Amino acid sequence: MEPEQNPENIELTTVCPKCKKTVAQNEYNNNLKVCPHCGSCARLTARERIAMTTDSFEELFGGIISANPLEFEGYSEKLARLRASTGLNEAVVTGRAVIKGQPCMLAVMDSNFMMASMGSAVGEKLTRLFEQAVEERLPVVIFTASGGARMHEGTLSLMQMAKVSAAVGLHSDAGLLYITVLCDPTTGGVEASFAMLGDVILAEPGALIGFAGRRVIEGTIGKKLPDDFQSAEFQLQHGFVDAIVARKDLPEKLALIMSLSGGQPAAQDTTDEAESEGGAANE
Amino acid sequence: MSEQQTIDALTRFTLSRHKDRPNVRQYAEKIFTDIFELHGDRAFGDDAAMFTAIARLDGIPVTVIGQMKGHSVNENIRANFGMAHPEGYRKALRQMKQAEKFGRPVITFIDTPGADCGVGAEERGQGEAIAVNLREMIGLKVPTVAVVIGEGGSGGALGIACANRIIMLENATYSVISPRGCASILWKDPSREADAAKALRMTAADLLGMGIVDSVVDEPEGGAHTNPDATAVALKVNILENLRPLLEKSPDIIYNERYEKFRKMGQYNIIE
Repeated sequence: MEPEQNPENIELTTVCPKCKKTVAQNEYNNNLKVCPHCGSCARLTARERIAMTTDSFEELFGGIISANPLEFEGYSEKLARLRASTGLNEAVVTGRAVIKGQPCMLAVMDSNFMMASMGSAVGEKLTRLFEQAVEERLPVVIFTASGGARMHEGTLSLMQMAKVSAAVGLHSDAGLLYITVLCDPTTGGVEASFAMLGDVILAEPGALIGFAGRRVIEGTIGKKLPDDFQSAEFQLQHGFVDAIVARKDLPEKLALIMSLSGGQPAAQDTTDEAESEGGAANE
Repeated sequence: MSEQQTIDALTRFTLSRHKDRPNVRQYAEKIFTDIFELHGDRAFGDDAAMFTAIARLDGIPVTVIGQMKGHSVNENIRANFGMAHPEGYRKALRQMKQAEKFGRPVITFIDTPGADCGVGAEERGQGEAIAVNLREMIGLKVPTVAVVIGEGGSGGALGIACANRIIMLENATYSVISPRGCASILWKDPSREADAAKALRMTAADLLGMGIVDSVVDEPEGGAHTNPDATAVALKVNILENLRPLLEKSPDIIYNERYEKFRKMGQYNIIE
């Protein structure tokens, strides 16, 4: 993977957000931002994810942006600030992609934009993605990462959970494949809607995946939770993800699942089938 | 609805969760006949926070589903204060599917602070249970009417609220987060609860104005708990008004209308 295009960045080292150990920037970037010490997967921007996952990508619905329907205090300013600082229009990037030869509709959520919370714009982009996928008879792949529903849009954001889930149903009824890749963090109203509706649900190692926030649960039960609570590994153990896949293997595994589920024949003969059955076998 | 203008959002929120507010079981007994309660999700257990039954509404066989809040400490402990676990959502889904099989309309009653936020709920897939309900409930081929009778708390409420028609009692609320939660997270100041209640536009009148809710049923002065019988009578009339036109429609039209109803929700801009 290419290092980030950032001419002002003259630092030669970086610190793993998880274990806090120092890593050479080049080594870190070449390792897809997976820490060589602790193996934790750093959160990626949507652009980084698209670059490391796809053969080609054509953005769709990029002009759909959040309004401020409730005239919520500070929301418009926050949106304007984030659009400027992230270069993103919204918290999800959607479009038509090819992954290792397999055409699909792809959405990547970017936690740098309001923790990739889902408001009307995110809900609309995802809904259109599924509807377009039905029209073109394509699978949908979504890399999820989100703090949940965007409270600045009140009940309208809650309704996006229903709207997108309905579109997932439409796509599924058309006999088409939907794969989710749960990335750090996938929580709240996103976890409780389209994230958990994949025909195949993959997760990145160590990703936080859960419905309620950790502090909320600790407040409810009055004690500390173990570190691995709501981790990808916890979800695999409890039967809610099909497999945990290393970041470097994701494109290949996504393409494999697509080729086995109505997609193009595999580009090369792949005989490694162990991974897709790993989830069940481990338990 | 002269009170609509004068009662502030936080007061309505307080009324929506008043300890004496009629619960789903009380409304069910006043609105339906021949009620037969059904239990269990056939996978894990029976969640007392989710009431499910078959019954008649003005002679029409229906399925009744709703979050159950208690009135006494014991009732509330049993029903977990109306906070359903994953098995509660799966129990509700089982009854929705059965309703579809036998052509019964589904009437749901929403009254929950939210889905349970505990260790067991996470272990058993709270998010997955709600997610599946959203997809499946919108896909049902029988008419569905949801009534928010008290507190419509976020995803836990939505899990049984994806209906053709959505009715709210005048003092009921429906929100993505509690006012206190919103004030704590966004402003780091839980005492700004009243500001958050207003900003979230969570009252029946707000939501009717935004097109999320289809009709609002007046409550007696002082709130539903001051006269549960009168509230139930008004509610029954309204449920029937909303349900009857749906009974004439084909299964495909019922589904298509519901899909389009949720499809239209949301407000955004388009730039180029």
